[in-house]
Amino acid sequence: MLTYLIRRLFAVAVMLVVIILAVFCIFFLIPKWTGTDPATMFVGKQADKEAIEAVRQKLQLDDPILVQLFEFFKGIFVGRDYTGGGTTTHCSAPCFGYSFRTEQEIWPILTDRLPVTLSLAVGAAVLWLIIGLAVGIVSALKRGTIWDRLGMTGALAGVSLPIYFTGLILLAVFAYQLDLVSNKFTPFGDNPGEWFSGMILPWISLAFLFGAMYARITRATMLEVMGEDYIRTARAKGLREPVVIGKHAMRSTMTPVLTLLGIDLGALMGGAILTETTFSIPGLGQAVLKAINEKDLPLILGVTLITATAVVIANLIVDLLYGVIDPRVRLA
Amino acid sequence: MTTKRTSRRRLAAVSALAVGTLLTATACGGNDDDNGGGGDAAGFNAGVNKVANASDKKGGTLRYVGVQDADSWDTTRMYYGFAIDFSRYYSRTLVSYTAAPGQKSIDLKPDLAKSKGKLSDGGKTYTYELKDGLKWEDGKPITSQDIKYGIERQWAQNVLSGGPVYAKDVLDPDGKYKGPYEGGDFKGIETPDEKTIVFHLPKPNGDFEQMLAMPTNAPVRKDMDKKSKYGLKPFSSGPYKFQSYTPNKNLTLVRNKNWSAKTDNLRKALPDKVKLTLLTNADERDKRLINGDADLDLNQRGMDSQGRTTAIKEHKANVDNPQTGFISYVAFPQSVKPFDNIHCRKAAIYGTDHKSVQTARGGPMAGGDLATNMLPPTVPGWDKNDDQYGIAKGSADVAKAKEELKKCGKPNGFKTTLAVRNTDKSDEKSAEAIQASLKKVGINVEIDPFDGAQGSSIVGNPDVVKKKGYGMVLYGWGPDFPSGQGYGVPLWNSKYILDNGNNNYALIDDKKIDSQFADAIADEDPKSAAKKYAEINKEVMKGAYYLPLTYMKVVQWRASHLTNVYSADAFNGWYDMVNIGVKK
Repeated sequence: MLTYLIRRLFAVAVMLVVIILAVFCIFFLIPKWTGTDPATMFVGKQADKEAIEAVRQKLQLDDPILVQLFEFFKGIFVGRDYTGGGTTTHCSAPCFGYSFRTEQEIWPILTDRLPVTLSLAVGAAVLWLIIGLAVGIVSALKRGTIWDRLGMTGALAGVSLPIYFTGLILLAVFAYQLDLVSNKFTPFGDNPGEWFSGMILPWISLAFLFGAMYARITRATMLEVMGEDYIRTARAKGLREPVVIGKHAMRSTMTPVLTLLGIDLGALMGGAILTETTFSIPGLGQAVLKAINEKDLPLILGVTLITATAVVIANLIVDLLYGVIDPRVRLA
Repeated sequence: MTTKRTSRRRLAAVSALAVGTLLTATACGGNDDDNGGGGDAAGFNAGVNKVANASDKKGGTLRYVGVQDADSWDTTRMYYGFAIDFSRYYSRTLVSYTAAPGQKSIDLKPDLAKSKGKLSDGGKTYTYELKDGLKWEDGKPITSQDIKYGIERQWAQNVLSGGPVYAKDVLDPDGKYKGPYEGGDFKGIETPDEKTIVFHLPKPNGDFEQMLAMPTNAPVRKDMDKKSKYGLKPFSSGPYKFQSYTPNKNLTLVRNKNWSAKTDNLRKALPDKVKLTLLTNADERDKRLINGDADLDLNQRGMDSQGRTTAIKEHKANVDNPQTGFISYVAFPQSVKPFDNIHCRKAAIYGTDHKSVQTARGGPMAGGDLATNMLPPTVPGWDKNDDQYGIAKGSADVAKAKEELKKCGKPNGFKTTLAVRNTDKSDEKSAEAIQASLKKVGINVEIDPFDGAQGSSIVGNPDVVKKKGYGMVLYGWGPDFPSGQGYGVPLWNSKYILDNGNNNYALIDDKKIDSQFADAIADEDPKSAAKKYAEINKEVMKGAYYLPLTYMKVVQWRASHLTNVYSADAFNGWYDMVNIGVKK
């Protein structure tokens, strides 16, 4: 188990380095090839030559890509200085870059917004797991009945309807028309009740979309598992149906669900852009959308790395959990 | 069979009920009882050319909402109009704008100074004496050296880029000074004592005081200067100070207890607190305004189509429809054939159906009146009767367009590309309307949307424009300060044809226009200067360098409980923010 863990952690580190390399190429090498000067995007409306040159120096755009890459890695572990135009801006470790657009270090922006996105993703995941698993199991066990049809029609609607549609409808009905919940985000520390009230609709919107996928995958896997020999054996042994389903069938059913959960949660960490925009939640998704609009490359780079890291780590956790839920999986 | 049919019926009934409930609920729109902030609204256009809910009552919290943060809150680095307007909460200048609606606002009044500048040396020297009792937010006195230092920061473009540099260019046209971080003291500004400041201009400029009114020339105290990070918490010389600010999220201003109303008759400073929430979704912004969760739009660019419709239909008394200082237009870069030929340019102007462009921009209310020339109504010198191409009648003049096509040697028309920023929906719709109308006279326009955020390096780069064959560039423009110089120099003066960040898209290089500008700029009498700018505008239109589209208007939300609200020409028709109050 320990060897497996070390091996996987090493793989995670290698994966992250590869991702950083790829992201670097996209943000710094490709613009160089296409003749675009990223420095012009950071100087505001007044495109003064000196200002452009200072940003070029600060971003080290004239240095070879390997030097830029080395500086970036160095920044993560020991911090770095951005020098240009006769001034030096220090970025403390872990330095994930510096936004010349907002004059802020990237890491504090990420850590400020990450908990918001985390609370959105985890809250929604709890909901969609409950809904998805329940609907999937009922649909599988009551195959062909009205419950199955209702469940699967709902799932089809959930998968088909985009978040900005369900989100806006929910907002219009429950926040603006019925005034049952808040239409705006409140930080948990300011008022936990208001925070919950503002988060419930985003959770439901996300859960409706993702729960639908989980319901479909749970149903399909459950149907397959229920036909397995070991289920027949369990029943033949005289086990009660809830035990057969809960103890024997569910373990196998959970494997693909967990895989999906790992990827989804990781990806949502990069920011549920549409959900955060629809509900004006100040998380990573909103930050990255602003960053894209304003061509704030360091911030885009930072969020991309956070997303990649979250996906890789979530998958590692999922892999470790396989061994817990399915005894047939041995981690070595 | 029966069971299946029953299941389907039940399913259909449940689905219909669910969809019906949702549609009914959403179709209801806003609550009829809700008029955005409680109380009776002041009425449609109550804040246009007059004051809505005039009051001096203090207290309460004024809540702004916006979808775009300032380019910077550092007074040296800001260029966005709303940021310049908002900056008056926490910064003052030697002179500033009159606290009055409409055109009266553009009259300059002393702010930090006791009186307007005393001119000497043939208009080349401006002397100001500061008022007594001026204090920074920490209680220390505001000195003439602080003002000088704040102005000198403009020269440090390699650290503090982004803001307008008019005063810098006027005081040091050759760019000899290197700024306070590298170059020490600037000799063109003298501070003989703590209360006196003297400006020495190499040559007279009639708009110099207009330039001094821009926040770029606000005082900055040397020991509080955090250089590029100053914009995260500027040090206040105005009635409010920064309590907290997180870029792209929120900002809170609280009263600066060391500001004295006795020293400031341009700012009422009514609310106790000013809060700003930044969103990314314009629909959500409009909903919050209509729902009473916010009072004013920070960005002041008007409501989006959905919010606009609801506001006008259901809450018209909360709506203002002011004339802004902005104009939308198409420039014809002369580097791209056949627009090097004046007759081809004229053919495109005559061939455009102006009414359809206005409709595409949202009609007269949201899009604005038809622009008959290139000077906006808020700039002195504008003459609505200057309509050399009969634009006011609205329709295309096909006969004249064909006649001009013959004169330009293209009787069967030609092909060209129109560049339009993809960040402005009404610009994109206008492009389509122009494309449709010009097709009728044989000019086939291909629309090329470009990334608006990169405009300075795409349409602002003459080489790129030529390479891409942009014969037409659709854009918008407003004055940096309310005069022909603040509006027209970057667009029409050959000196401002830049390699990057160029705004003279038409590449006007006309000695007559340049010398007309030199004459108007040197004129110290605003009225006589305005006439000269009107003449320059006529000359520009005569050259057919531009196709003016609309004088832009906006549909602005004003919460019912706001007091002292008015749009001011000094801020391009937007509200004079620092004078708005809140009924508690």
